[in-house]
Amino acid sequence: MVQSLDTLVETASQTGGPYVHIGCIPTFAGLGAVYPEDLGLRAIEDGAKGEIITITGEVIDGTGWAFRDALLESWQADASGKFAGQEGADPLVNGFARFAADKETGLWTLRTVKPGKVKTRDGRLQAPHISLWIAARGINISLHTRIYFEDEDNSEDPLLNRIEQRNRVPTLMAKKTGAGEYRFDIHLQGASETVFLDI
Amino acid sequence: MSDLGPLVPRRRDMHPVPFDPDYKTSVTRSPRWPLLSMESTPSEETGPRFGHSLIGPLDNNLILNWSKDGTPAIGERILMHGRVMDEFGRPVPHTLVEIWQANAGGRYRHVKDTYFAPLDPNFGGCGRALTDEQGRYQFLTIRPGAYPWPNRANDWRPMHIHISVFGHSFGQRLITQMYFEGDPLIDRCPIAATIKERSQLDRLVAPLDMAMSRPLDFLAYKFDIVLRGRRQTMFENKLEGM
Ligand SMILES: [Fe+2]
Repeated sequence: MVQSLDTLVETASQTGGPYVHIGCIPTFAGLGAVYPEDLGLRAIEDGAKGEIITITGEVIDGTGWAFRDALLESWQADASGKFAGQEGADPLVNGFARFAADKETGLWTLRTVKPGKVKTRDGRLQAPHISLWIAARGINISLHTRIYFEDEDNSEDPLLNRIEQRNRVPTLMAKKTGAGEYRFDIHLQGASETVFLDI
Repeated sequence: MSDLGPLVPRRRDMHPVPFDPDYKTSVTRSPRWPLLSMESTPSEETGPRFGHSLIGPLDNNLILNWSKDGTPAIGERILMHGRVMDEFGRPVPHTLVEIWQANAGGRYRHVKDTYFAPLDPNFGGCGRALTDEQGRYQFLTIRPGAYPWPNRANDWRPMHIHISVFGHSFGQRLITQMYFEGDPLIDRCPIAATIKERSQLDRLVAPLDMAMSRPLDFLAYKFDIVLRGRRQTMFENKLEGM
């Protein structure tokens, strides 16, 4: 016999199902009267410091279909690398946004500020990135990934440098498509499967 | 802000498998290649906080929060309650819990749900609450009905309530489902069966809680939720400036 551990085990995940929008963005789902507005409508408020950017993309399944029922959340630092709630953080950067694939086109859009660099626990600088979380029917445990930017210096980023297959690194890069505009598609499977994180 | 330490790594064997042929949609929506593992960083250790000003007085009362004239939703009245804590048993206070569910007939208020069971004009099907100082939350709602869904030829979802929890860091984010004690459909459900560790599925089944039920009003079901913890040892890399 040994002593018993008194730690608990995390509650098991389950899929958000096809109606995840009812619970998380009810106004989007057509239940307009429940809350004044959906949670996480804006990552930033007007006047946020830094470069304002718009990122657009699709979530694509293993058949190549950009599915219409994905729910996404993003979390990020402000332009100086501080998170909402930390001392000195830009009060106009919420850092959190919740958005969905469009019902007709499958496209999602995130309007935000380009984040600054954030250190790891051991003091190394991470390249600017936005954390992304994806829930949908058929996804049994929600997926974490990150949006990096192809026009930033990503050479020292500790997470990117852990990717053995260097040909997969571009799956985490938002591609610049115009002034302040980026494209970031998420592939759940296939040759260009996005790098998902266990972090 | 003090450094609470890195997140405890997720035990993936205690979670559902991402790919399960019996749950058809998971076949094309599950990553095929291994996840990239790394110790958490501030990007995962911080997260959005929501204040009490967000929450309306009826947000945690699904029996009344869609009613136009105070007529209660149709169904078996229940109290869903529990605690949100971390893997070390610490309460997770002031965190947002959101729920959504079908009505008593098993129908969601959603354009894509075309099941025969009628909509209840007084039931919307979503609610939210912030946990209190001890991590406790409560919802008053009706017991949702089971419903059929297109998967294998004759699959039915057991009665369930969907739950989304934030915790205090983005890496703790969790979506799960609460089932009801005694429902024979749980063991026939391919979504429940994506969890291969039986004790973990059992923990999603809420017991009837007569102590918290209100005589002549509602039955109660208890559903505790455990989120990832933060490891604190004397030998960690501490975050600078914290
Ligand atoms: Fe459901």
